[in-house]
Amino acid sequence: MLINQLNAKFRLLVGSAALSALVISGVPAWAATPADTLVEAFAIDDVITLDPGEAFELTMGEINGNTYDKLVRLDINDPSKIIPDVAESWTVSDDGLTYTFKLKPGLKFASGNPLTAEDVAYSFERAIKIDKSPAFILTQFGLKPDNVTEKAKATDPSTFVFTVDQPYAPSFVLNCLTSTVASVVDKKLVSQHVVDNDYGNAWMKTNYAGSGPMKIRDWRANEILVLERNDNYHGTKAPLNRVIYRHVKESATQRLLLEKGDIDVARNLEPNDLEQVVKNSDIKTTSAAKGTIYYFSLNQKNANLAKPEVREALKYLVDYDAIGEKLIKGIGEIHQTFLPKGILGELDEKPYSLNVAKAKELLAKAGLKDGFSVTMDVRNGQPVTGIAESVQQTFAQGGVKLEIIPGDGKQTLTKYRARTHDIYIGQWGVDYWDPNSNAETFTSNPDNADTGTNKTLAWRNAWDVPDLTKETKSALLERDTAKRAKTYEDLQKKVLATSPFVLLFQQTEVAGIRSNLKGFKLGPSFDTNYVFTVSK
Amino acid sequence: MSQTIHTPPPPMSRRQWLMSDRPQSRLQARLGRAYLVWGRFASNRLALAGLAIIVALLVVAALANVLAPHSPVIGDLRNARLLPPGGDYWLGTDDQGRDILSRLIYGSRLTLYVVILVAIIAAPIGLIVGTAAGYAGGWVDSILMRLTDIFLAFPKLILALALVAALGPGIENAVFAIAVTSWPPYARIARAETLTIRNSDYIAAVRLMGASPVRIVLRHIMPLCLSSLIVRVTLDMAGIILIAAGLGFLGLGAQPPLPEWGAMIASGRRFIMDQWWVAAAPGFAILIVSLGFNLLGDGLRDALDPRGNNQ
Amino acid sequence: MTTTETQLEARRSGAWASGLAIAIGRFVLIGAITFLGLLAVTFFIGRVIPIDPALAIVGDRAPAHVVERVREEYGLNLPLYEQFFIYVKGALQGNFGNSVLTSNPVMTDIRRVFPATMELATFGTLIGTLFGVPLGVLAAVKRGSLIDQIVRLIGLIGYSMPIFWLGLLALLVFYAKLGWTSGPGRIDVIYEYTFTPITGFYLLDAVLQGNWDAFWNIFSFIILPASLLGYFSLAYISRMTRSFMLNELEQEYIVAARAKGLSETRIIWAHALRNAAVPLVTVIALSYANLLEGSVLTETVFSWPGLGLYITNSLQNADMNAVLGGTIIIGAVFIAINLLSDLLYQALDPRTRAR
Repeated sequence: MLINQLNAKFRLLVGSAALSALVISGVPAWAATPADTLVEAFAIDDVITLDPGEAFELTMGEINGNTYDKLVRLDINDPSKIIPDVAESWTVSDDGLTYTFKLKPGLKFASGNPLTAEDVAYSFERAIKIDKSPAFILTQFGLKPDNVTEKAKATDPSTFVFTVDQPYAPSFVLNCLTSTVASVVDKKLVSQHVVDNDYGNAWMKTNYAGSGPMKIRDWRANEILVLERNDNYHGTKAPLNRVIYRHVKESATQRLLLEKGDIDVARNLEPNDLEQVVKNSDIKTTSAAKGTIYYFSLNQKNANLAKPEVREALKYLVDYDAIGEKLIKGIGEIHQTFLPKGILGELDEKPYSLNVAKAKELLAKAGLKDGFSVTMDVRNGQPVTGIAESVQQTFAQGGVKLEIIPGDGKQTLTKYRARTHDIYIGQWGVDYWDPNSNAETFTSNPDNADTGTNKTLAWRNAWDVPDLTKETKSALLERDTAKRAKTYEDLQKKVLATSPFVLLFQQTEVAGIRSNLKGFKLGPSFDTNYVFTVSK
Repeated sequence: MSQTIHTPPPPMSRRQWLMSDRPQSRLQARLGRAYLVWGRFASNRLALAGLAIIVALLVVAALANVLAPHSPVIGDLRNARLLPPGGDYWLGTDDQGRDILSRLIYGSRLTLYVVILVAIIAAPIGLIVGTAAGYAGGWVDSILMRLTDIFLAFPKLILALALVAALGPGIENAVFAIAVTSWPPYARIARAETLTIRNSDYIAAVRLMGASPVRIVLRHIMPLCLSSLIVRVTLDMAGIILIAAGLGFLGLGAQPPLPEWGAMIASGRRFIMDQWWVAAAPGFAILIVSLGFNLLGDGLRDALDPRGNNQ
Repeated sequence: MTTTETQLEARRSGAWASGLAIAIGRFVLIGAITFLGLLAVTFFIGRVIPIDPALAIVGDRAPAHVVERVREEYGLNLPLYEQFFIYVKGALQGNFGNSVLTSNPVMTDIRRVFPATMELATFGTLIGTLFGVPLGVLAAVKRGSLIDQIVRLIGLIGYSMPIFWLGLLALLVFYAKLGWTSGPGRIDVIYEYTFTPITGFYLLDAVLQGNWDAFWNIFSFIILPASLLGYFSLAYISRMTRSFMLNELEQEYIVAARAKGLSETRIIWAHALRNAAVPLVTVIALSYANLLEGSVLTETVFSWPGLGLYITNSLQNADMNAVLGGTIIIGAVFIAINLLSDLLYQALDPRTRAR
């Protein structure tokens, strides 16, 4: 009996050998992507919810920008300007407190339901009441659960009125309204899925209720995200039927897939792979500067790091040039001020470069002639780890012994927010496209106590700066745009000179694309990485 | 050759002394047994190769600062990044411009460090738990063995992963995590050995002489468990190296810039398309060294247990 | 057969059956205790982790009051023992909480990803068995010969191989350079619209739907990781086969069979291997369990959307509910396979049965 089984096994064995031969010779292991579909390889593991009232991650910014409409959008050609989206026009009252938006006629959601000012008001109410991470973008205008229906309301089906609590700079208000949290959701559809008064949050985590050029068909975390064309869209319809984001984390893998034609776009190529793919005539690259700044920061609770000379010395112990040429080539540009290029008030100054002698001199002045030891919390992953290792080597030249403590993102972050780190290396991306987003976090620290609830980056590094905090606040109410920009320039200069922040570079987002693709362009912000304009 | 034929053999060669049926002293008996084991071991060419690999590893680790041509941690980012093998850098350089060969050489120390520490932590724990359970019997046995079963039930790598995640990455934590996952088999072996020894006349005699249970376990049972435990530990060393490398590969092992081999593969993974040597070299090192431990352990087992039924 | 003999036989088989029942009972009890221990250990690990679970849920930029609210919602402010009690209660009902990363209940996620891991492990074990058993038999029959040494070396290399590294090299050679197989992943995205998973075992699903295009596509993806895992299990299976066969070949019945003049082939394949098959089944089951674990690194290298990748991904995102749920499931399967193989051994082995 067993002998028969064994014979069978041997037959199978021979069979499977033949089978693999077949695969090897006959069946092509890959094929070009379908003509009506855009396939992107992208690290989409930061997506944890599809709900625009809750989503706050970079990838979701892009997905949301393609699938939801807002009242207004950033102009993709000049992001300091605002263009209409579902709003046709708007006016600001003379006291600067009331914003009135007129909606375009005949708008429809992907579900077929009509889109009215009622839906806009509901979307604001919902964002405030579910009160998730991005809600502060709206609450900073004085919206609260008990007044939101008054302050954000539909006066008729095509008119939406938004009232703020102080006469803010209009650019600030409108910039904030371009963010994901202000997306318009389908009231009728969402209402059908409300559980326990959650405004449909549980359902919306994995479902779609918008009116944008594309709709979300399917999302499987860490695997795939599929968009389909929304035929009810009010603007120009997307040329492609669908867009598939496939989760691929490694740059080398993305490059392989791109070279083989298994995908149309690779979104996370690292410098060395970028260098190689451009040699392939079927592939081109495109890039755009993004609002993300990489930096490391020195916790002022550490006695050594709190010395002004040490802060300055460490800024001279970084080999910016080598990092720029070797580690972030193509994915970033050396940048030493806290406002990214492309935002109001930007300042392009780079006073620091590797200068070991000067650093040693400063350290000696601080009474640390023989250097000192210090730790750095580093999130696993590139380019941060590579930069940390480079910094470790240049610090050593100045006599500073740097110990790297690697951890996953949440681990280092937990430590950072508890202010128990020495040095933290990481990045900060703008929350909304306005200088206040970065200024507030880098230069404002209203309560430096451990119990402080405003955990800005300044707070996390225990940098107590009452004057700067005040200055930041004043810029917010400056309605003269030129004057407002001046204040931000001043803040940047102060941060450059004295702060515990060593700013390294501004991220450039880059994508490798197959040459047969038309109209693929990365926008100035993540929300403006449009895929609905792409054709083949 | 021809000489041995003509000259009469000496009255008693060293070999004969060792192989003597009637050893004159305890030492002679022990040496004799060791000689026998060694004879069997040495006739196994694969085992000898394993021994050679491990000796080489020890030598390289001990003389790392003499052997390594460059610094293992400081590289030349500007001028020597990702160079191919050859010239000044025999195995090329990595993404920080560091010499890969020097990193491999220093990395041998980390490998030994992990292996030895895990063995030092896990084996005694296993020995204590196993002998205590085996000798005491009853509910002590039940509890200790259930505990062992619980740890055995965990997939090793996953438990180590979860532990390192909890403790934070780092080589000490990796060692601890691997040790926690490694002791249960030793406890099982020690218990099995103890059960066979416990009821022997010899132990009964010791007990009659009034020795305390602790003393019996410590002085009389544990030594007898040692040989099988040593074989098992040697065989496990390859597994320990692989788990450590796996943790390093996932970014949970040694911290940069330490030249841990698994972490080196992980960082070389990004360049595998164009600079394959960055990942290939440390992988080979891991393969060779764990193969060495496996060959050695395998040979030891065969030599100690010639019938080969101790699987 | 005389009456007494029949009675004796009946009594013996009755005793065997009740013995088996007792054994099963004991196994279930042991399994339950081990499972509880598993829960305790994983829960403990999950709570000593230096990550604020609430922060893991809401992300870095959430305002303080949101973090506080989440902490309350998830019961993270309760005393540890209460949290443990709630956790065990949930776990026993198959509820490991929600994954932060996917917003789904962990059990739903696991149900989705586990078939991928099982498919890979099954394919791997198949390859390991198909090649490992004949190699082991060969080595045993030609004991001490060059072939024996080679088989032994092949096995030992398999034991010594950093499998993630071999996977990287295999991808480089067979996918990137030669283009013989597909790359990382499980199926081409173009099948997203023509192929619908039913059982979650994609190869099987493709056959059931008669979708041969998809079948070959899936096959071109699975063959590489499965071969690697197969090599890993081959190493183990061939060694064990050799040792079992050596044991059998020493037995008296073999001598008797030779004396009867049976052909050597028949003796080896029909008699020796047949008896060695009982412990072999256990070994294959254990090797299967090992592959489930070995898949963690393999899945990472091959982006295989299985439980291993799910666990490591969750780990990197501090999604502890998912990590613990995944660990418990693998642990539980481990326990189950171990107990089952023990039980199988008792049930099948004529010697234990006679006793």
